[in-house]
Amino acid sequence: MNQVRKILGIVWIALGLVAGYYLIVSQAIPKFESGKPEDKIPAIIYAFILTPIIVGGLLVFGYYALKGEYEISEDAEHHLHIKED
Amino acid sequence: MSNNQNQTKGLAAVIASSSVGTLIEWYDFYIFGSLATIIATKFFPAGNQTLALLSTLATFAAGFVVRPFGALFFGRLGDLIGRKYTFLVTLVLMGFSTFLIGCIPSYESIGMLAPILVLLLRLLQGLALGGEYGGAATYVAEHTPASQRGYWTSWIQTTATIGLFVSLGVITVVKGTLSKEAFDDYGWRVPFWISIIMVGISIVIRMRMKESPLFAKVKAEGKTSVNPLKESFGHKLNFKFVLLALFGATMGQGVIWYTGQFYALSFIQTTLNVDVSQASKLIMWALLFGTPFFVVFGRLSDKIGRKWIMLLGMLIAICSYWFIYQAMYNAGSTAMKKELADKTVVDVKVIADNKNSGDSIKTTHTAKVFEDGTTYKEDKTEIIHADKSKADANKDIKSIKTVVLDDGSFWKLVLLVFIQVIFVTMVYGPIAAFLVEMFPTRIRYTSMSLPYHIGNGIFGGLLPAVATFLATKATQANTLAAKAGSTLPYKAPYLQGLLYPIIIGAVCFVIGAVYINGEDNRIED
Repeated sequence: MNQVRKILGIVWIALGLVAGYYLIVSQAIPKFESGKPEDKIPAIIYAFILTPIIVGGLLVFGYYALKGEYEISEDAEHHLHIKED
Repeated sequence: MSNNQNQTKGLAAVIASSSVGTLIEWYDFYIFGSLATIIATKFFPAGNQTLALLSTLATFAAGFVVRPFGALFFGRLGDLIGRKYTFLVTLVLMGFSTFLIGCIPSYESIGMLAPILVLLLRLLQGLALGGEYGGAATYVAEHTPASQRGYWTSWIQTTATIGLFVSLGVITVVKGTLSKEAFDDYGWRVPFWISIIMVGISIVIRMRMKESPLFAKVKAEGKTSVNPLKESFGHKLNFKFVLLALFGATMGQGVIWYTGQFYALSFIQTTLNVDVSQASKLIMWALLFGTPFFVVFGRLSDKIGRKWIMLLGMLIAICSYWFIYQAMYNAGSTAMKKELADKTVVDVKVIADNKNSGDSIKTTHTAKVFEDGTTYKEDKTEIIHADKSKADANKDIKSIKTVVLDDGSFWKLVLLVFIQVIFVTMVYGPIAAFLVEMFPTRIRYTSMSLPYHIGNGIFGGLLPAVATFLATKATQANTLAAKAGSTLPYKAPYLQGLLYPIIIGAVCFVIGAVYINGEDNRIED
């Protein structure tokens, strides 16, 4: 299963790129080009806030997955837990 | 009284005092959205480009941008000085912002200052909401034993839905009490004013609360974080869990929540053209029946784990949305009902347009009755230009359609929305406990607030825009195909908007199923 977790990292990176393309090409650019004042704010939000969060987040998540950061030990003793309880 | 009874009573008091404040914050946030149409006419009248810009900013910025910033700002504060005072500040900020929105004179009275003040206060509302939820969930979770954390935090989860319910209820009561003219004149301000009374009571209750025992302990031991933002998002060990919380849980939860409560309402009002008041009642019934299930699934998550309840809710939702919305269309659309032709009334009048000589205005009033008792009214106004070259169908024709459903169709729709609310409760009920358990006490407020508000504010908040875009594209493609005489590419263009929650939910389901360790996924303090 840990191997699957790593390999899927490539999928999340690819998904980040697809999401970026969709947000910029299908959402932000048409709104920038529409000329309507009410479209300006959504266009800026799509291009400069949403896209970096979604794309950046998926790319980093995919990278971490690929590097094995989300591997889960099969040994229960190695599981992390909170001490306070 | 036994120790157990005392403990339960103490916890109930903690939950009640936290939940009431959170509920009021949601109420405050929703009434602006529910009264958006009348607010637009008072503060952002059509025909002014700057006002259109400010109006869009008020809608988008408060929902998308400011909430995550509120999560960062107040989350940091909560991890530095404590939960109690931080979420007291968010409550005061929200309450006064809401009350003041209700006090601002209209654009007609004070000009541009009015929309600017509304925008500023709306931004403060978004900021406060961003800080409130994480504080309330953390505060409650840190009071409860681990074995009951799902149950007790699920009460906090009900507040978002009850807040919507109360906002719709207050607006319905005020509308019902006042005449249409009085409501348009000053009545719309009443729901905003009511907020200050509720906030006042909640502040008194919250002032009596004690600091969370876990945070108090960490503080007494001098183990609080010096820089919660850096520790939450600058250290890989914690940041990877922030990303996992976002992409494996809150992203899917956000779209399921928005689909079940807001997209359903929008679909009923805009696609089925159901009367606003009847649509509100319909949603209120579904929320009333569905809300107890937050607690049911919260409790269940203590017994069988959080992960699979949330993911199962997500999976059932994305597999059934298409069928549920088709069933909603079949139950509510007049296109699917048999018209009683002998009861149809069409009244056409053509009068001269006083503003433009030579032009005329054609008004068509249509009333239809259907076999099941559903009624349909359409008021269409069309400007007929003397100079045909000036004709523009988009601007010249305005039409308002209102459908009042029969009892059978109404309750069918209540049932279909209720099913969606059940999905919401499965995904949303256990999520506060799930998020709280992911992060250590010293940075919990900051770490859990951000993924929650990005998941809800951004992925959930994007739903109306993206869903409308997809449905409009499909309708346009069908129109073009019909003109060209070719086969229509979309059998049900009105369902295309659902692709967004289905795809986002599916991605979140896979990430959650593969990466979240169902038994234990917690960080050591």
